[in-house]
Parts: sequence; C-alpha cells; structure tokens
Amino acid sequence: MSEKEKNQEENPMEGFLRMDRIPHIWCSGCGIGTVVTSFVEALKKSELDLDKVAVVSGIGCTGRVAGYIKLDSFHTTHGRAIPFATGLKLANPELKVVVFSGDGDLTGIGGNHFIHAARRNMDLVVICVNNFNYAMTGGQVASTTPQGANASTAPYGNFEFSFSLPNLAEAAGATYVARWTALHLRRVTKSIQEALGKKGFSFIEVITPCVTLYARRNRLGDGLNLLKYYHDNSEIKHGADTRTLDIDYQGKLTVGKFVDKEKPTFLDAMNEHLGKVLGDDYQLYGRLNND
Amino acid sequence: MKKVKADPKGVLTGAHFLDGDFALAEGALAAGCRFFAGYPITPSTETAERFSERIPTVGGVFIQMEDEIASIAALIGAAWGGQKVMTVTSGPGFSLMMENIGLATMMEVPLVIANVQRGGPSTGLPTLTGQQDMMQVKWGSHGDYEIIALSPDSPQECFDLIIEAFNLSEMFRVPTFVMTDECVGHMHEKVVIPPAEEIEVVERKWYTGPKGKYLPYKNDDDLVPFMIKAGDGYRFHTTGLTHDERGYPMLNAKAQDICVNHLKDKIIKNADKIIKFEEADTDNAEVIVISYGITSRVAVKAVQEAKKAGIKVGTMRLITIWPFPEKRIKELAKKVKAFVVPEINYGQIVLEVERCVAGQAKVIGVRHCGGGVHNPEDILEKIKEAIK
Repeated sequence: MSEKEKNQEENPMEGFLRMDRIPHIWCSGCGIGTVVTSFVEALKKSELDLDKVAVVSGIGCTGRVAGYIKLDSFHTTHGRAIPFATGLKLANPELKVVVFSGDGDLTGIGGNHFIHAARRNMDLVVICVNNFNYAMTGGQVASTTPQGANASTAPYGNFEFSFSLPNLAEAAGATYVARWTALHLRRVTKSIQEALGKKGFSFIEVITPCVTLYARRNRLGDGLNLLKYYHDNSEIKHGADTRTLDIDYQGKLTVGKFVDKEKPTFLDAMNEHLGKVLGDDYQLYGRLNND
Repeated sequence: MKKVKADPKGVLTGAHFLDGDFALAEGALAAGCRFFAGYPITPSTETAERFSERIPTVGGVFIQMEDEIASIAALIGAAWGGQKVMTVTSGPGFSLMMENIGLATMMEVPLVIANVQRGGPSTGLPTLTGQQDMMQVKWGSHGDYEIIALSPDSPQECFDLIIEAFNLSEMFRVPTFVMTDECVGHMHEKVVIPPAEEIEVVERKWYTGPKGKYLPYKNDDDLVPFMIKAGDGYRFHTTGLTHDERGYPMLNAKAQDICVNHLKDKIIKNADKIIKFEEADTDNAEVIVISYGITSRVAVKAVQEAKKAGIKVGTMRLITIWPFPEKRIKELAKKVKAFVVPEINYGQIVLEVERCVAGQAKVIGVRHCGGGVHNPEDILEKIKEAIK
C-alpha cells in the first residue's frame, strides 16, 4: 500500500473514535459530526490525559456521541446526562467530565438538572448541539424551536416562546458560556479547548443544521443553504449581554463567548466550607489540584 | 468474591439507641458507602440527614440533588466512578426513580436504595406506614429484569440488612433494595454496631486482566461480569440500549434475548445464595403465617393467641423478598392446610405465595390499606378461618 493510499484509508480521528461502530447513524448534512470533529481537535490540542476524560450523553441524535467517542463513554437516559455526570465527577474528582447532548435532552426534559448543575458550578463541560427540534423522534417542537417555525407537533407553526440557552446558563450560574454555529468550526474548537482547560460549569451551544427534519419541514434547503444562512446572519459579539440573545425564526444569530469567569466549584466550595467549620476533623475529599 | 473487613472510619462501634432511618445511614457507612445523593421525603429524610452529618468526618460526598430522578442518575454515575453508593426515598420519590433503576439494571451497576414505605397511592399518607411498594420494587421499571430486595423488621436489622444489601449488590452487580417502612424507620431501639473487624464487606468485582481484552459485559462463571471504573484507561462504553459483550448497542431480537436472559439468570440461578428467611414451628404446622417487615412483629401476637387456642401454626418471616423464596414455599405447600399472609397493602406478596402454592393449600391474605399496622385479632381471625 502506497503512503498516499494509506493516508486515504486512515481517518485522522481514528484514535478518538470507535471505528468498529462506524458508519455512524447521522444523516448527511447533519451538524453533529462537525461538533464531534471540533471536540476531537480540542482534545488533541489540550494537554489532558485522555484516560481521565469521560463523555456522558443522554438520548437523541446527539446522545449517540458517547457511543462513537473512544474514551470512557456513557449513553444514559433521556435528560439525565448531567446528574449522571455529576455523580461520576464527584465519585472520581480527577476526571474531566464532558456532557455531550442535544437541546431537547439538556434543556427540555433535562432542564431542571441543567440549571441546578450550573447553580452548583459543578465542574462539567456541557456541549449542547442545538438543532431546534427533537430529531431522533421525527422533528417535534422543542424548548428551542423559534416562534413561527414548523415542527411535526406544531404543524401550524410554533407559537410558544423559546429558551435562549446562553441566557439560561448564565442566569443559573455557569462560569463559561459561548454560542457558535456549525459554520464556526475553529471557534467551536477553541471554546471547547478553553472549557476543557477551565474549572466549573462551562456551557457551549452549537447551532447545527437538521437537514432531514427541521430544514425540510421549513423548506430551508440543504446543509449548504443552512451554512449560508449562518454565514450571512451570524454576528460575533464577545461579551454580549446574554439577555439579548433570543433567536427569531431565520433571524440574526448573535454568537461569541459571553461569559468567562471564576467561581469555586461544588467540590472546592464543599472542601473549603467544611474544612473551615469542622477543622481537622474534616476529611478533605478529592485532590484539590485536580478540581 | 473478595470479602474484606469494614473500613473502621465508617463504623460507629457500640450500643446505640437509634431509629431505623439512622441505622440505615450507619449501616451504609459501615458497608463502605462514601457517596449519597438524595432528595428529602417523609418518612425517609432522617437517613439523608444522618449521612450528611457523618460523611464529612468519614471522607466522602453527600449531595442533595434537585429531585429523585437526579439522585438515582448521580448514583449510577458515581458507581461508575468507583464508589459504593446509596440513596433513600419513599413512595413518590421511588416512582420517580423507576426509569433509572432500569438503566442501573441494564448497565449492571451496584447501588443500594432504601425505601421507607408510606401509604399510597400518590401523596397518600406521608407520615404513616405502608408496605405498598413491594411489587413496584420488582416490576416498576419497564422491561424484564431482576433486582434484589430485603425487608428489615427492626432498626438493628436496618443496620444489618443494608450491609447485606451492599454486599449483594456488589456480588451480583445489581440494584439492591432495603424495603422498610415508616414504623421501622421511626422506631427507636437498641442497635449494636460491632467492631469494624467483625463486619465483612464485599469488594467490587474488579477486572484485573489485560486492558485490551476487557469486555464489560462478558459473563464470568457466576454469570456476573467483571467491572472497572472510569479513569482507569479502559476507554469503555456502556449504554441503556440492548448491547453485546463489548457494551456496544446491538438492536435486534437475538441480542435482546441474550441480554435479557442474562439479567434474569444471574439472579434467578443464584437465588439460593441470596435468599434468607426465618421459620418457626413449620414442621407440624397446619397453618403457616408468612409475613415480612413490621407486619411480622405484629403477627407474633396473633400466632401466640392461635397457639393458645390449640391451633398448629408456624411462621415464616421473609428477609429476602426478591428473588422470592419459592422453592421453600412450594415444599411447605405440600404439607400444610393453609397460608395466611398479612401485609400492609391490598394484597401483593400474597399473590406470589398463591403462585407458588398453586392450589395445593389455601392462601388467605390479610389486607390493610396503610396508615397503621394490623390489629393482631384480624390476623388471628384469618388463622382460625384457615383451619376450617
């Protein structure tokens, strides 16, 4: 086999994927794989010991990420990736725990866990692939579907107000908040890298095309059309007030890094507080330098 | 199976005056539990309170989660992080946990849940007793699976059986339940906690072979796969989906057949190693009273009165509820006229007794819808009815 042929055969992400599970189930034109690529790039650039990185997913299209990533990886129940990850992190504080899931999983059925993990500043990196609908089940309306968009359970158009995820995350206490689209690959990578290198509850929203359902129902064209929409309508505003980030149907998309601050994590606060109150009787938990 | 002595840090050796809820927390600490995630609910909250007070000086984590769903999800994550884990709850919280109890059985995660039962359905009787979740504990999550459930009748047994529950859950990689009730949970009695070196705890069935060869769901001879924890470099995958030995999703009828049969078999085929009960006077009995938990203590009075009246009555106190001691009940069914089964519900375990007896003897339930224990006379009346 020539060097050229070998290069063609070998996927550059091979060491990070469970190649025995490829091909994956995602549709062509879907943005989830793009975010996975960014995640892998961020891992490569990070100095993390990959044996100590775990990925936890819930249920849905993005929920399948855990099944393809070649790290300790957990495919859990719908909405419960964050509390599962909370237990994993607290039981073994030397782990860097990444929650990789979709908008419906994290902020619909799992919304309560999302706000409480942010409130506690649980040391988790939460990557939310937002495709504006429940795709695995056939394109139903979600907590993120923009008003006016059509969905299979909003066949006359969605009349509900939708969540602005960065606003929700910051209000609940997240210490790192960013939003990008699947077009902003390098910036997604950089944000994931920053989040991996930081302690506390980090939240990265990535708006991605769902070609088969959301785009088809709303006659928005194919993946390329959606990337053009992101290109023409995205405005990078680092540090923007997260109260101004609502997404209107096919409207402007404000993207960027909005929050990046320091606050004690759950474990830091626990160790500090109980150490102060109980003195020498307190049994310090976990390794402080790792959390 | 590797048995070791309890870590003395968690063991509060001595004679104490404790309620059942506190005894659960002390037993968990003695068993090596160092992670507790819970949500307040009457009449179980005292266990969480006790654990939260004790754990900072033992070394571990207590976290009050946002609900019971989060609590059980955190337990499963923490078990994969390598800890021994538990939570405590009561009816409504137990209902909320059901989906993730299924995940724990599917992922084969050792964890312990104590249910201090109260009267239901719905909010029911928060402060008053019941034994109404005895079927829910076995059947409550969707699909076919097996769990282990124990039922203590005193604060001392809350202590003893929660250690047993931790040991069984580690041996069989299965969620294990201590099904107590408000009466035992709030009853104060003497609880003797032995020295740490007298408490045997079972260690997790850790895999020690070569890394590349590890298969998370490959059965060992005892049908239980070896376990590892996250962070040890195995880069393994686990899922709630039907899976193969690698833990990879395998969505077809053949894989489902292997997966479900495995979850059933590892408990059913090991049932003799799990099941415990106490019997008295069953050899020449015409009637046997089968009971568990607080009801077995109430039944004592009825049995005494029946004996005074000249009735040949024996007792069987179930300590293990699930897997059900069907072999013994089938044997007894050939010898006696009738079984009387009092329980604080509309008739749950009595159905299982009926199944085992299969028409060979009479089976008479003594119902109580909850809110208190039986009046012993009601049980006595059924014993008398049984010999007619």
